[in-house]
Amino acid sequence: MKSLLVPGHRGCAGCCDAMAAKFTLMAAGEDCIVVNPTGCLEVMTTPYPETAWAVPWIHSLFENAGAVGSGIEAGLKALGKMNDTKVIVMGGDGGTLDIGMQAISGAFERGHDMTYVCIDNEAYMNTGVQRSGATPFNASTTTSPSGKVSFGNDRPKKNMPAIMVAHGSPYVATCSIGFPKDMIRKVERAVEVEGPTYIHSHAPCTTGWGFDTSKTVEVAKMAVMTGLWPLYEMEDGEVTRVKKLGKKVQPVEEYLKMQRRFKHLFTMEGGEERIAQIQALADKNIEDYGL
Amino acid sequence: MSREMNIDKSKMTVVEGSYAVAHSVKVCKPNVISAYPITPQTHIVEDLSQFMADGEIPNCEYLNVESEFSALSALVGSAAVGARCYSATTSQGLELMHEVLFNVSGMRLPVVMTVTNRAVSAPISIWNDQQDSISQRDTGWIQMHAENIQEISDMTAQAYKISEDKDIMMPSMVCMDGFILSHVYEPLVLLEQDITDEFLPRYEPEYTLDPKNPLSFGAFADPNYYTEFRYMQQQAMERSLKKIEDVAEEFYDMYGRYFGGLIDEYQTEDADIILMAMGSIVGTIKDVVDKLRENNVKVGLLKVRTFRPFPAEAITNVIKDAKVVVVLDKNISLGLNEGALFTETKSVLYNTDIRVPTIGYMIGHGGRDIKMDTIERIIDEATEVMKTGIKKESQFVDVREDLL
Repeated sequence: MKSLLVPGHRGCAGCCDAMAAKFTLMAAGEDCIVVNPTGCLEVMTTPYPETAWAVPWIHSLFENAGAVGSGIEAGLKALGKMNDTKVIVMGGDGGTLDIGMQAISGAFERGHDMTYVCIDNEAYMNTGVQRSGATPFNASTTTSPSGKVSFGNDRPKKNMPAIMVAHGSPYVATCSIGFPKDMIRKVERAVEVEGPTYIHSHAPCTTGWGFDTSKTVEVAKMAVMTGLWPLYEMEDGEVTRVKKLGKKVQPVEEYLKMQRRFKHLFTMEGGEERIAQIQALADKNIEDYGL
Repeated sequence: MSREMNIDKSKMTVVEGSYAVAHSVKVCKPNVISAYPITPQTHIVEDLSQFMADGEIPNCEYLNVESEFSALSALVGSAAVGARCYSATTSQGLELMHEVLFNVSGMRLPVVMTVTNRAVSAPISIWNDQQDSISQRDTGWIQMHAENIQEISDMTAQAYKISEDKDIMMPSMVCMDGFILSHVYEPLVLLEQDITDEFLPRYEPEYTLDPKNPLSFGAFADPNYYTEFRYMQQQAMERSLKKIEDVAEEFYDMYGRYFGGLIDEYQTEDADIILMAMGSIVGTIKDVVDKLRENNVKVGLLKVRTFRPFPAEAITNVIKDAKVVVVLDKNISLGLNEGALFTETKSVLYNTDIRVPTIGYMIGHGGRDIKMDTIERIIDEATEVMKTGIKKESQFVDVREDLL
């Protein structure tokens, strides 16, 4: 299969964005137009005059990718050029859950035929690992550092897929770059379903999370296997499929200890209690989704 | 110079300014309209919505977006796939678009947008001044101001022709004073479909987002490349100076109507005192000029129709022989105590041999009515300047001391 994200981009070794983008394009094929809000993926793939994109690609601003995507769809329709062309937005968690939220909400409410793929690496990596609305409970980032009186980020992740389901999206799915076949299948489904569809891909960042560049996939898999990142699909508001963990489920400790951003939980007094709280989050996912 | 217009009176009709604009937009056959409601822009987008509801704009999508920020952002995408795009806004909405304005011009997307000029908050005010568009002067948009509803109607078609020209490819902001023009009913000739079909070619951009020929739009430019992008935008702005004049001429030939290109003049040829202004105030000033001319006061008007690109040469050619120049601004640069047109007019005179005393008045902020008496008083003061020189270079008009 011809790669539509070509080599030579400036992503880090073990970059999660490159994998997510590649998997998305493998599913979407050549007949698509990609919108990319400001972020790592945008910067690393398009240092003028070079580009890593073998499909039409546009970057406008940080917070408007949803709107730009909707405008592309409207333009193609008006010009009679829509045919089978897929409009795909690939945004990071900051550009999706935080600053870009309103534009996405508007685009989904208007019902444009487009697929939004959130590549969630759980902080503002492009600017140096600052906390976002997707940063998990007690992760240490540069703007939510652990310290003498802090265990790091004190809030759980915003549940973006639920918000998109609430918009009436006909197809919402979570996936992970640790399970490429699953991700590709879901993106294929998302671009096939008419209307605004949403894919939320978990994407561990070697630089921001602090693990060896060879471990991206391993860390991604462990997030899923602990239940902290449940994989599910929802069609018209109903859960239609989940990835069962059964007896293979792992304790969250196994996931946390792989990463520098949770290191303080193993060294600070009271860390155990925090790990127990994170375990409770995973347990709730396991119960809620029947993992 | 003001010209004889060939207006067929049988074609004239009385409509609201907003309707005239909406009609012009329809006649220009846009592919995507994207807008968010804000007073006093609403009637334009309501009329366009009705046209859509009645199936009168074929091959067009109308996006009811959730903010002005998304209104213009959506058009980034639409214009990039080759659609002719339209939006309208004002005041807070235009300020919310600020970041997108730079983006549209930087990507050389020829979007056309009506601005129904309105004051900006705080204090919140829905009434007219021009602070909103003036505050966006450096965003790389062609900015034109209309004097009446016939002009804004015609200017809309001209803007598409200018912006979409392959040598220009810069977006246009066509400005009309909020309420004063947007909500006024006047007789005009609505933009003619048959002539416009000939005047305005189809929009066929050289570069689009097309899966058959994949291109990347909006790449990041490091210090080795960034400067040249800005330089090329400036060059396009300079080319547009001639284009704006040419398009006005072509429009005159085809439609018989002319309101100026970069500027227009009224009784300036022998004028000692030349007033400069933009927008609907021009009509009031013309009446004052007529009145004072009866008393042999040698006063004239230089209407600045195009604020960006700034028509430096056209302006200096008109004012070089005047004895005093008076610039009226419906905006202020706080901390400088000058309106933008005044500051920029002075700046183009510097480093020349022209030594004409130039004074500025900031007037009509937040919709305060501008009366003929006030203009006459300003002209009286200018007459004094002719005799005794400048006492006060720039000042507010009609400040209510009782409220301070």
